[in-house]
Amino acid sequence: MSDENQSIPHTKSKFHDFLKYTVKRILRAIPVVLGIVTIVFFLFRIIPGDPAKMLAGRIPSADRIAEIRKKWGLDRPWWEQYIIFLQKLIFEFDIGDSYDTSTSVIYELSLRFPATIELTLVSMLLAVIVGIPIGIISAYKQHTRLDYISMVIALIGVSMPIYWLGLMLNGFFAADLGWFIGTGRIDPVLSADLPKLTNFYLIDSFVVGVMEGDWRFFTSTVNCIILPSTALSTIPMAVIARMMRSSMIEEMQKDYVRTARSKGLSERLVIIKHVTKNAMIPTITVVGLNLGALLAGAVLTETIFTWPGVGKYVWRSIGERDSPVIMGFVMIVAIIFVVANMITDLIYAYLDPRVRYYKRD
Amino acid sequence: MSDSKSKDPSGQKTELKPDQIQDKIQLDLEDVSGATTWRIIIKRFRRNQVAILGLFILAFFAFLALLSFIDDFAVIYLGRGILPYRPDEIFAGGADSFESPSITHPFGTDNIGRDIFIRIIYGARISMTVGFLAVIISLSIGTFLGLVAGYYGGPIDSVISMVLEMLLAFPGILLALAILSILGSSLNNAMLAVGIVYIPFYARIVRGQVFVERELIYVEAAKVLGAKTPRILSKHILPNIFGVLIIYSTLGIGTAILEVAALSFLGLGALPPTAEWGAMIADGRIHWAPGPHCVFFPGMAILLTVLSFNLVGDGLREALDPRFKR
Repeated sequence: MSDENQSIPHTKSKFHDFLKYTVKRILRAIPVVLGIVTIVFFLFRIIPGDPAKMLAGRIPSADRIAEIRKKWGLDRPWWEQYIIFLQKLIFEFDIGDSYDTSTSVIYELSLRFPATIELTLVSMLLAVIVGIPIGIISAYKQHTRLDYISMVIALIGVSMPIYWLGLMLNGFFAADLGWFIGTGRIDPVLSADLPKLTNFYLIDSFVVGVMEGDWRFFTSTVNCIILPSTALSTIPMAVIARMMRSSMIEEMQKDYVRTARSKGLSERLVIIKHVTKNAMIPTITVVGLNLGALLAGAVLTETIFTWPGVGKYVWRSIGERDSPVIMGFVMIVAIIFVVANMITDLIYAYLDPRVRYYKRD
Repeated sequence: MSDSKSKDPSGQKTELKPDQIQDKIQLDLEDVSGATTWRIIIKRFRRNQVAILGLFILAFFAFLALLSFIDDFAVIYLGRGILPYRPDEIFAGGADSFESPSITHPFGTDNIGRDIFIRIIYGARISMTVGFLAVIISLSIGTFLGLVAGYYGGPIDSVISMVLEMLLAFPGILLALAILSILGSSLNNAMLAVGIVYIPFYARIVRGQVFVERELIYVEAAKVLGAKTPRILSKHILPNIFGVLIIYSTLGIGTAILEVAALSFLGLGALPPTAEWGAMIADGRIHWAPGPHCVFFPGMAILLTVLSFNLVGDGLREALDPRFKR
């Protein structure tokens, strides 16, 4: 912000700085991703028993075991196994087969990811839309009853077991009152007729609505997503509200706010035009950090609303002790989390030039 | 400490009553007049009504936990418990399942006819113990790693920090999930897994604190006097960061309780007959129509316990560092 007037002679170097930061940030993410893969590899190998037998499925034939052993190099030393594991992951995108169905874990997960991503993004959107205004109002009305109440509610939000909230919402609004369908992504009657172009049902059903004027699909999809996304969004919503509030309060004590006030701007204008804009920047980091937590929370939410995403699939796999699926899910979500954090940091650095120079750690 | 003079540490806005001003001056004086840090913290904490409320809820659940211990001892030594029922006592051979809350069963009975109120009392003991022990695990290992990384710096710090960052890359309960899929489901394993998952959390806090402390003059003085590194770390630096650790541990116990309950709900923690809150919710989840109370009460117990730890932790944090004030 402060070097606005210096920006003209430095245009080139400013872009250069950002580029340099981007490269540095990507280079920092690589060992972390490698670390995740390594941790998952070793966790896999610690599982007691012969990994070949486990990977070969529930009732393995001798041929199948030999084949698996050869494929994953299980008769060689561990470091060779590790290299084979990495090779398979990077070049073939293969992390093994499900014990249960003997199909590729990556394939099984990829079938279910759109549903989870849809739910996660809608929840995050909800958390941002509700959380940020609550934070702003709380900071603006600091020390009033409104502020205390909303902050206590936010604290309750982070203290709540989300699966419990999901069960309560589902039981009350879907089972008792019958306002919502409460299971799945769309009314099962309509499900077969919906053209699955993107597998994001909200988009698909919206397209149908626009193209054919038939909005039944869209309303049904919206009806289905309200309860699970409400349950899933509670924690990030509370975290965002708390973060936004404290960052607003910090910003409000800065010199530029005094300047804005002394120029005779109304308090409302100072808050909206000056403080909010700057306070939003640290909140972005929180959004990025919580995206991963939402994906992890999907395991708890999806099963309650029989949402056909990865979370529900992993829940089932936990029950069946299907380790490759659990490990695959953990690894992929962790990698998504690292990438999401990286993107957040880059956005942050883009919006706030100071980060590029000072954020060494 | 506070950056602007117009705002005082207690966070009151303009309308201070005379006695409040007196109070505030008293407090500010105490800030400089050599009173121990703990006394200041306690004084500030006592003014925070929300934190006090949290402390009361916390004390209540601690009391419930204690009650279950006494009940167990009474059963063993007197042959008769002080509570009316046992947590695994099944009424009328299961015929009394899904009984709504009443005088005989304040929170009703569950799917196989056990008293939910008694099970919640026993659950308090399990959750409190598990949360506490999980934090002990992560706190002790995390503190050690943080002290070493922060004090030595350089390549040792780089290696430790890198490992910590890798562990932190697993969001939420995912790492615990992976660990438990290897160790197998049990309450102890869930506690261990949550303990491992939160090591980086404490290690990073300690590392950051040590970075500041090691530059201070008292460390220099200890070095000049010939103290060896382990002694400097344990006898000089550790006591100075103890307050911060207490605060984050308080918040951490709440989180650990929440996580272990979630793992139990997923079937990875406490196994069925155990009266653990998360497992109780899992038991009740498919029985909404006959008994919503089977889900409601255990969840409320988790919510209130975790909330109380969060309120107390937040209160302590504000008391220790006025910059976090309301």
